[in-house]
Amino acid sequence: MKLSSIPILIKILSLSLVCIFPMLLMGETEVNTCVDCHVENDLMPEFYLEEDVHQHAGMSCAGCHGGDPTAEDMDESMSEENGFVGIPEKQDIPAFCGKCHSNIEYMRVYQPRIPTDQESQYYTSAHGKKLYAGDERVAQCSSCHTAHGILPAKDTRSSVHPFNIPATCDQCHGDTKLMAGTGHGTNQLNDYAKSIHGVALLEKGDVGAPACNDCHGNHGAAPPGAESVSHICGSCHLNNFEYFKTSKMGQSSTSQEYHNCEQCHGNHAIMKPSDELLNFTESSLCMDCHSEDDAGYIASAIMYSHIRESDSLYQEAQLRMHDIQIKGMNDVDIQYMLKESKQNLIQLRTLVHTFDAQQVTQKSIEGKGFSQQAIELAQQEIKEFNGRRMGFGIATLAFVLLAIALYMKIKLIDKQKSNISS
Amino acid sequence: MSKSIKQRAFVWLDERFDLQPLLKMMDHKRVPIHSHTIWYYMGGVTLFLFLVQVFTGILLLMYYRPGEDSAYESMKFLLTEVKFGWLFRNVHAWSANLMVLFAFIHMFSVIFTKAFVKPRELTWISGFILLLLAMFFGFSGYLLPWNELSFFATKVGTDIMSAIPFIGDAIKTLLRGGEEVTGATLSRFFGFHVAILPLITTLVLGFHLLLIQRQGISETSEFKLLPPEKKRYMSFFPDFILRDGLLWLIINIIVLYLAVFFPWELGLKADSLAPAPMGIKPEWYFMFMFETLKMIPPHVWFIEGETFGILLFGVAALLWLAVPFARIGRKPLVESKWITILGLVTLSYMVVFTIIGYL
Repeated sequence: MKLSSIPILIKILSLSLVCIFPMLLMGETEVNTCVDCHVENDLMPEFYLEEDVHQHAGMSCAGCHGGDPTAEDMDESMSEENGFVGIPEKQDIPAFCGKCHSNIEYMRVYQPRIPTDQESQYYTSAHGKKLYAGDERVAQCSSCHTAHGILPAKDTRSSVHPFNIPATCDQCHGDTKLMAGTGHGTNQLNDYAKSIHGVALLEKGDVGAPACNDCHGNHGAAPPGAESVSHICGSCHLNNFEYFKTSKMGQSSTSQEYHNCEQCHGNHAIMKPSDELLNFTESSLCMDCHSEDDAGYIASAIMYSHIRESDSLYQEAQLRMHDIQIKGMNDVDIQYMLKESKQNLIQLRTLVHTFDAQQVTQKSIEGKGFSQQAIELAQQEIKEFNGRRMGFGIATLAFVLLAIALYMKIKLIDKQKSNISS
Repeated sequence: MSKSIKQRAFVWLDERFDLQPLLKMMDHKRVPIHSHTIWYYMGGVTLFLFLVQVFTGILLLMYYRPGEDSAYESMKFLLTEVKFGWLFRNVHAWSANLMVLFAFIHMFSVIFTKAFVKPRELTWISGFILLLLAMFFGFSGYLLPWNELSFFATKVGTDIMSAIPFIGDAIKTLLRGGEEVTGATLSRFFGFHVAILPLITTLVLGFHLLLIQRQGISETSEFKLLPPEKKRYMSFFPDFILRDGLLWLIINIIVLYLAVFFPWELGLKADSLAPAPMGIKPEWYFMFMFETLKMIPPHVWFIEGETFGILLFGVAALLWLAVPFARIGRKPLVESKWITILGLVTLSYMVVFTIIGYL
């Protein structure tokens, strides 16, 4: 080794020490005497999760409860001088969480577009108003989010993930004792779970389907008023809402304080609507206002018959296409027509919300045209299918005759040869 | 009157082309009659199916447009809009499969009747090359409709090529026209299928047929041992040719029946970004090799399993090609019972592994 390389080695060694030493120091675990002591005395809070979103972001117990988590002495670490606030009263919880969550300057560090109006929204909700009035039975932040096991809402384990929201709300709303005297029923979850929305969310895992909070709001949760029902449904069912809003029925429904959409479709137990809703019977809801042979009754009868006709023609065309597919024939154009026909049927069922028989009739004629064309195309394909078999039959006959002729020729030659040789 | 025109036409041609020796040769050509005569027809059936392929292939070429954006669409148009397009496509597909099947039957019949022995070594070699060409025809034609299954099968098939030591990657790139199966692969396969392979096949087939015409039909060893008075023959023209024609007609009816009653699906258009669909399978005649490669462990000794398998097939193909020259001790292989055992073992292996592939 050359002598000149020694100073370089010393430089490298000292640089390594300078870099490695602080890393060794940093490797030491952070002191948290709260956890040490609470674990030792078996006093950890219920549902405590190490993956809690706050802990994950580097907040310790003291971040919410105050105190000095580095002090070894309990009296010192949990002293008022060190800012210890202990367990907040239920009524104080919204403000307790709001210390940070209502402070945009603090919160934007974690998420640039995070909302900070949860606390103020909460006090506009039925829960918030009651809590403010001193009713401690109502839900506050930790009732839904939990206290020490809070996970981001997109985490499927979170109590406020769409999959879990119905069960979270049901903790209180399904409790008959808690709900006694509030005027609320306790069967909402059962109804919802059977509904088209509930089946989509809870059984099919479709997070696009509404959970409780999508209609009732979350922090500002309140039962929707008669007027807002159609707005809430309309936030997803846009066209139905637009048609209904401008219809005569929609306007009179609002003026008479009917619950708009809910009036026919129900609320928590909304089922897939059937065309039978248009079919007037003695027990029909429509008969409350309409009577046989009045304009509404006749319009409904016209709409019902057109939808049924469109639907049955579509079903027939579909059966024909199925037959074509089984036969291995060309179904491309039929499929295209059926797509149009199905689209038309969806539009038709949406258009019913105009309660305008003329519009529905026109749309229905258009849709039936598509189905009719599909049926005609299918008939042509069947004809072609039979034609191919017939063609094959004729060709086979010709080939068989040719084969017989050839066979006879062979036999004739054989015979001639055997005659010559004999 | 008509006879005199025929005669005059013959004289006219004979003066110019000296047809007499040719006719003499045709007159002398004869086919032995014995219990295995049926196998003499298998090569003819394969030839007939090849001619069907040429005829229907030319018709398909009128409408088929190679290219990522046009291949599938042109096939769809051909199948749905073109009069009898469906028929020609289905006949082409069915006839292709039957051609490979009959080529295999022809090859094994040659093995079992020991027809490959001296002086027919070159006929055997050219026949085996024709079989490989037929398989490559099938492989290249399979991709042309550019549907999901063919796309992924080609991907898997060309991937296997890369297992060949040293030159594997180069072969894969050459076949694919790049790193991946793309429109470039389609153009390339189209080129192979309609230009390169037909040219090579026509040349090799011409050579194969020339050898058969020059050497005549082989006689089985049992037939050769018969006393001359017990040997029965039929003339090649017209007796054998007429019987050949009758069989071709029957095969034609079968192909038509299959095309009408069991049409081939076009499937969904190939999408290179879509996940591989279920049930990707090679054509049935590659199945025994595909299944074998699947069963070989990832590593055999120090060689990668797939490479080992490919090498094994390469060596097996060379040995198969060299069967007419093989000797066991001092005796040629053909004179020992081992040739029949070898044929039976090979055939059973291929049949069993093909069946396993479809289970």
